[in-house]
Amino acid sequence: MATIKQYWELFLIFFKIGAFTFGGGYAMIPLIRNEVVDKKRWIEDDEFIDMLAIAQSMPGPIALNTALFVGHKRRGFKGSLFSAAGVILPSFIVILLIAMVFTQFKDNQVVERIFKGIRPAVVALIAAPLLSLGKSAGVRWKNLWIPVAVALVVWQLNVSPMYVVLAAILLGISHFLYLRTKINK
Amino acid sequence: MELFDLYLALFVAFFKIGLFGFGGGYAMLPLIQHEIVDTHQWMSVSDFTDIVAISQTTPGPIAFNSAAYIGYSAVTEMGFGSGYGVIGSAICTFAVSLPSLILMTLATAFFFRLRNNPWLRSALSILKPAIIGLIASAALMLVTPYNFIDYRSWIIFGAVLVASIKKVDPILLIFLSGVIGLILY
Repeated sequence: MATIKQYWELFLIFFKIGAFTFGGGYAMIPLIRNEVVDKKRWIEDDEFIDMLAIAQSMPGPIALNTALFVGHKRRGFKGSLFSAAGVILPSFIVILLIAMVFTQFKDNQVVERIFKGIRPAVVALIAAPLLSLGKSAGVRWKNLWIPVAVALVVWQLNVSPMYVVLAAILLGISHFLYLRTKINK
Repeated sequence: MELFDLYLALFVAFFKIGLFGFGGGYAMLPLIQHEIVDTHQWMSVSDFTDIVAISQTTPGPIAFNSAAYIGYSAVTEMGFGSGYGVIGSAICTFAVSLPSLILMTLATAFFFRLRNNPWLRSALSILKPAIIGLIASAALMLVTPYNFIDYRSWIIFGAVLVASIKKVDPILLIFLSGVIGLILY
């Protein structure tokens, strides 16, 4: 009985987090921390920070990765399934309802006029955090060429970001290997 | 059979998005756009922009939101009923989450070895600044004649960019630009 309650609790906590955070991943982190570190005390604060670093270095939505870690930590693999379901379901339900309605009204004149105003705003919202994100990702003058080259290659040459990611990982590792052999000599 | 092929193609596309979507959120956008708009042509650039706008005003990570929306709209636009659309939506959401589930399960098992692991750190050393480039390309790829119809679009873009850097709530900004679109166009 106790375990069923624990699974359910995992599901509920992440359902709540999934339902009430707008703006995706980064907005969810403080809420998750508040629930699992401060209130429930399932995880120590320094472990949470280490876990966050790993969740961010894995592919996929950060909120999902964090939910998976916490669920796993609490109740193993099955626990991670419950926390993942919790964090996914709210967006799934909301978007499905919107998709059902919006696909009907998409060509409506009023809706189209509203979206003519919204579309350039969306582009601005994506561009706005670039500077601060760049700073925290360690972009300086000396490695500014990396994001610039990536943006140009993906935007102008239509190269799939998949290859960019692979190339960046390989470059990073070979740079590390190069430095290591240089030190060993 | 045609429906099965579509489901399979959606699954593969979103599995790729989940697997190579480092950096979460906006950094996943160029990958989603590359798969959905360029490769499979399941939707147009302006429809894709509308989905990003919807994602920014609804709870949950952008990857889930676009998976749920595209799964539904790609299936129904091929002429299948909305019940099949819901299944498509579920398939995409599952597919985009699956790589995280596998990788985070492994990462949790090797957590203590992954902490400060030099291999992981070196793989990320170039990937991190590259992710900034991916976000920049997400914005650049949306600068199209459909999204920027005339000078008024650029005024909206500039205003929202400044307001967003000044930390004005994105949901409010989308709402306001929708109202402005309704008045202007």
